Amino acid sequence: MELKDIINPNNLVYEKPKLLTENTMHYCPGCSHGVTHRLLAEVIEDLNIQDKTIGVSPVGCAVFAYNYIDVDWVEAAHGRAPAIATAISRTNPDKVAFTYQGDGDLASIGAAEIMHACNRGENIVVIFVNNAIYGMTGGQMAPTTLLGQATATTPNGRNAELNGYPLRITELIAQLPGTSYVTRQSVQNPAAIRKCKKAITKAFQAALDKKGTSFVEVVSTCNMNWKMTPVKANEWMEANMFPFYKPGDLKDSTKDDPESYTPLKN
Amino acid sequence: MKGNEVIAEAAIRCGCDGYFGYPITPQSEVMETLMDREPWNETGMVVLQAESEIASINMIYGAAASGKKVFTSSSSPGISLMAEGISYLAGAELPCLIVNVQRGGPGLGTIQPSQADYFQSTKGGGHGDYRLIVLAPSSVQEMNDFVDLGFKLAFKYRNPAMILTDGVIGQMMEKVVLADYVPRLTDEEVDQKYGSWATTGRRPNRQRNIITSLELDSGRMEQNNIRFQAKYAKMEEEEVLYEEIQCEDAEYLLVAFGSSARICQKAVDQAREKGIKVGLLRPITLFPFPKKPIAALAKRVKGMLVVEMNAGQMVEDVQLAAEFAIPVKYFGRLGGIVPSPAEVVEALEQKLIRG
Repeated sequence: MELKDIINPNNLVYEKPKLLTENTMHYCPGCSHGVTHRLLAEVIEDLNIQDKTIGVSPVGCAVFAYNYIDVDWVEAAHGRAPAIATAISRTNPDKVAFTYQGDGDLASIGAAEIMHACNRGENIVVIFVNNAIYGMTGGQMAPTTLLGQATATTPNGRNAELNGYPLRITELIAQLPGTSYVTRQSVQNPAAIRKCKKAITKAFQAALDKKGTSFVEVVSTCNMNWKMTPVKANEWMEANMFPFYKPGDLKDSTKDDPESYTPLKN
Repeated sequence: MKGNEVIAEAAIRCGCDGYFGYPITPQSEVMETLMDREPWNETGMVVLQAESEIASINMIYGAAASGKKVFTSSSSPGISLMAEGISYLAGAELPCLIVNVQRGGPGLGTIQPSQADYFQSTKGGGHGDYRLIVLAPSSVQEMNDFVDLGFKLAFKYRNPAMILTDGVIGQMMEKVVLADYVPRLTDEEVDQKYGSWATTGRRPNRQRNIITSLELDSGRMEQNNIRFQAKYAKMEEEEVLYEEIQCEDAEYLLVAFGSSARICQKAVDQAREKGIKVGLLRPITLFPFPKKPIAALAKRVKGMLVVEMNAGQMVEDVQLAAEFAIPVKYFGRLGGIVPSPAEVVEALEQKLIRG
């Protein structure tokens, strides 16, 4: 059998999503962003919503997300993506805005914006990539850094007395009545990737159906700043992050009415 | 109507798509009026009380990115919080309107009127080399008129515009002629007019649009800056607005903007009763600044007194425009105190005529 017989459209089982651009990704080999981007591109293509999707990229490693997925993008100031997505969604109710944010962007400097966007129940999708460290600036402590975890600003490990505790912000988000679907996923193996894609699809569908805010945390690796090989980083994530950031759905009320509150009578 | 209420009414009538803001004295009537009017039932305009000024200005950034005509309002401390977002809006070349109803500072300061944000508004305020189009109304009628004008200039240049006013004009009640209703643009019209850059959704007939102020290649970033500067230079060439009052035979000139200009108008009358030939030049656009008319008057008058409710900010621009050819002095009150016309005449006599 010749090579040309093998490279044949009939034999194609897997291809690059049409919505991923030809730009070479700047992410480090082994980083979870690449797979997560691919899943986003697949979901937007599957739902056929390229013409109504507007992405909001963060400050952090994913600042250049707009180079890779072929939809309209707005690049946000650090932490403010949920406010930006709020206004896009409110002034363009027939479109769907999503934010793509890391743990420093979302859980530290942007903690106010994410809480209030979720509490208002904005019909947006939030993709929250949590790798427990600041990637772009060179591996400093993030709000999600685990106790004992060494980073550039916690060289001897995160110490609760000095640095406070790791923040499970997704658990806080799940408490807010404006959110409909809150889930924690990961992309370290094919089974996890398939589950994560299902979750992202469901999140976009809920936003399209105006069911409130959908929030997908993707527990991720940063092998470069963790100073590990990609394989070792995946093992470290499963062994250390999963016990604290437990994968699975935290809230799924896409089919239910939002929690009821009795308004005051004026 | 009150100045602040007029801002809200004018926005609804000029086809504005949205308001995002956070309460702060002395401008809260802007959002209160909008919430009471419920324009979403009438024109479809969105009104949202944000969790902070930081969120407000970023909401403006998001909606403006999608080609929508949106505005926010605040007062001095709130504008400081917005400064980062305003820099991003200028860097990403997004049109929007920002209303600053100034109060006295620094810090939490006072809720009384002030003009102490002149530097902040006209020289940048946030980081980087950028300029806002700054309009300074001196009446409630101009509060109304400058909403539409501000939006027009903002979209013409794809640049944020600011109405720089203060607690005097914001809280003052005057008669006003409101404009007729202009319908909001439909999504199709927004796409037709601004689809070349706005994030209206990537369709097969165009490339994806990206709104960003980021450019890591410093060669390209320099080119961006050169383009911005050319835009600001064009504003200085084409958009300068000012008013000259009794300048024809003037031997001395008062220069004042906004509410100070109202006081100076009275001071001109009082001085002329005393036999002092004085005129008033009122810059309406603070950026672009009316350099040429000031330079021309500097050749005719003996001296200029710049009157502002701050410690002397615009006086620097007047000195530069007059090229230090004649004495240019400053008079002002600080921290929320409004000067009286008599004080202005006294300062004119003391600093220029006798001095």
